[in-house]
Amino acid sequence: MHAEIKAAGAVRRINFARLASLREAGLIVIILALCIAMSFASPHFLTWGNFRAMLMSFSIEGIVVVGMTILLIVGGIDLSVGSVVCFSMVVSGALFLAGLDPWTASLVGIGVSALIGAAMGFFVTVVGLNHFITSLAAMVIVRGMCLVVTKGTPLSLFTLPPSFKAIGQGSFNNIPYVILIFVVVVAIFDFLLRRATAFRKVFYTGSNEKAAQFSGIRTKQVKFWVTVLCSTLAGLAGVIYMARFGAATPTFGAGMELNIIAAAVIGGASLNGGSGTVFGAILGMALLSVVTSSLILLDISVYWQDMIKGCILLAAVSIDHFLHRKKS
Amino acid sequence: MTQAPILEIRGLSKAFGPVKALSDVHFELRRGEIHALCGENGAGKSTLMNMIAGVLQPDEGDMLIDGERVSIPTPAAAQRLGIALVHQEIALCQDATVAENIYMAAINSRRAPLMDFQKLYADAQKVMDLLAPIPVRIRVADLSISNQQLVEIAKALTLDCKVLMLDEPTAALTESEAQRLFSIVRGLKERGISVVYISHRMAEIFSLCDRVTVFRDGRYVATDPVAAVSPDDVVRKMVGREITQLYPDKLATKEPGRLLLSVEGLSDGHRFAEVDLQLRAGEILGIGGLIGAGRSEIAQTICGLRSMTAGNVALDGKQLRPRGYGDAVKAGLVYLSEDRKGSGVFLDLPIAANISALDLARLTGPLGLLDRKAEDRQARELTGRLGVRMAGIEAAVSTLSGGNQQKVAIAKQLSVNPKVIIMDEPTRGIDVGAKVEIHRLLRQLAESGVGVVVISSELPELIGLCDRVMVVREGRIAGELGAGELGEEAIIMLASGVQDSSIQRRTQNVA
Repeated sequence: MHAEIKAAGAVRRINFARLASLREAGLIVIILALCIAMSFASPHFLTWGNFRAMLMSFSIEGIVVVGMTILLIVGGIDLSVGSVVCFSMVVSGALFLAGLDPWTASLVGIGVSALIGAAMGFFVTVVGLNHFITSLAAMVIVRGMCLVVTKGTPLSLFTLPPSFKAIGQGSFNNIPYVILIFVVVVAIFDFLLRRATAFRKVFYTGSNEKAAQFSGIRTKQVKFWVTVLCSTLAGLAGVIYMARFGAATPTFGAGMELNIIAAAVIGGASLNGGSGTVFGAILGMALLSVVTSSLILLDISVYWQDMIKGCILLAAVSIDHFLHRKKS
Repeated sequence: MTQAPILEIRGLSKAFGPVKALSDVHFELRRGEIHALCGENGAGKSTLMNMIAGVLQPDEGDMLIDGERVSIPTPAAAQRLGIALVHQEIALCQDATVAENIYMAAINSRRAPLMDFQKLYADAQKVMDLLAPIPVRIRVADLSISNQQLVEIAKALTLDCKVLMLDEPTAALTESEAQRLFSIVRGLKERGISVVYISHRMAEIFSLCDRVTVFRDGRYVATDPVAAVSPDDVVRKMVGREITQLYPDKLATKEPGRLLLSVEGLSDGHRFAEVDLQLRAGEILGIGGLIGAGRSEIAQTICGLRSMTAGNVALDGKQLRPRGYGDAVKAGLVYLSEDRKGSGVFLDLPIAANISALDLARLTGPLGLLDRKAEDRQARELTGRLGVRMAGIEAAVSTLSGGNQQKVAIAKQLSVNPKVIIMDEPTRGIDVGAKVEIHRLLRQLAESGVGVVVISSELPELIGLCDRVMVVREGRIAGELGAGELGEEAIIMLASGVQDSSIQRRTQNVA
């Protein structure tokens, strides 16, 4: 799997081809160095069990990172993803408890997430608000909707049929379905972002929206659909979480958006739009995950985790800023 | 005149990356004189002004104030030395009031914690009234461009300056506003203030200034008293060769070609109304007028980038009703934006991706995937044809010089094989060499049957390049000048609406 994505990285050419692959190579080196160091520090680190746990931990969030990265490329941002993940979970769970079969309930959950994205897209493109404020409002509103639907208490979904729970808990040849879904989503969007004309328009719009308009690109449409895509992928992540936990908690996913934005930015996405890669964002996610896992294995108090993650983000962005300034 | 000049520049050089903006230039400003600085765009006038005002730092050379060597590291330092610069581009805080803008520098250096707004308004109004009766309590954003320019000048007047530098102050002013400005500048001179005056308008220079210094391609050419030279001399020094060589030959035959673009009664209900325009194959049509007259808006509306309220556009005999710019491009009508960096190119993206942006559909396969090989082939062919100097088609456009960036923007327009191409300020801010190449290219395009419209604020460009020029004034077509009638005076008079000779009549045949 890694070889395949790496090969994809090698032929990537759009958008500062060299700088992007440089950054990805740098991230891989850092992650490998951390892994090697950790394998000496802890005998539990280099085990399939630990790797599986790490992959599991970031696979579902990784799906959301894909959408966020594309949204960052178009020049937007979405603070509501944590709430949308939760709402998708809660709506699907509530519908299941009301008697709907879990597959249909999940589709409704994902559809509702897409509608939330469409509503945000409407406010951004038609009303003319910016992504930050719109999604900040959506984050709070959707979180409130989660509480309203559940009346504030977690939904217990242990009655979910095993065939559905398998999405979150089962595996194929010892590889969890969660990881397989994640790899498929990443592979599809990494490919599309490099090759599909529709996604090329995302780069044009994010790089210089005015110039994109002056090239006949309907930038509002582009922004609208990317906003919808991001929320839809968050909705997909929500139903996978439901299958994994067998429960739907109305407070789940709070603060998730920051971790996701951090991963995308460490992976090379710019908040100014116009640059970023799916593969880089996943590496950013992997780095954060390896660090978290290391801190746990080294018995460092969980209270330190956020601080260290924040410092990594700051370092990554500073290095990026420095490289860009050097270039110009 | 035995005392040291108030400002002297010796052997100043400045490079931006590989581009030498100024090399070893000299300049001398005497106490109480109005000194014109002339040169084509890219000659280095603005670069010099910015260095004197502390915005840019020279690489080499000395600046002397009252005979003493000084360094001017910041705009604040320039202010302390008594130097004020009125930029060509408006640099006002759009959301602040006129009064706040006028006294911005003074407010900045105030020590008291609270503002006395009554006094601020009263003082600002006094300064403003010298130029025009603009109320000082309104927001700058609500003013027209020409009024904003006047605020910019008022701002400089409040500074207790010894040297005032005006960078094309009349570019956006009406004739009467300009006349009022001239009398104020003369008043400043009486008070012993020295003025550096940058302008392209020969008539202004010869009626207002004492001496004139000419720069060409970043080099000092000459300084003369205006009484000792003619406008023709100055132009010749600016260009450095006979001006006819600068532009390609004009349309050879008098026979009009096929009607390519026809616009009737175009209005947008806001910026312009009842615009008629006809473009025939083989000719280059110029559109002149003051900044803010509505030229760009008209062009953008024809191309579907803005919406129209009335009128008809026909392209090559077919009615064109674009719902968006994409429709116009499909029909064969393209528009090159005047704002290269803001809306012409994608600076961070590779050259190849920039060129393909206009017509992705043609490069897209059946599965919605982009044909990268075809994209690269197209980029190589067009950059070769236009002579873009670059590291490779994968290099980001930001790595190119201004002229080459513009060539990439033009390559993008040519990628669709357009029938009509409207170019808004195609040579703004690029060096003379690239300019000549672009002019030749436009003439070649016209000869090959493509309709070419050139919007330009540079009178020599309109006169030298175009076969016919339409002048826009306040959103309407003020008149049209055929091949025999083209001249700076004629264009300025149509653009400013002055029919008599309140501009000093000095016939100068620049064309």
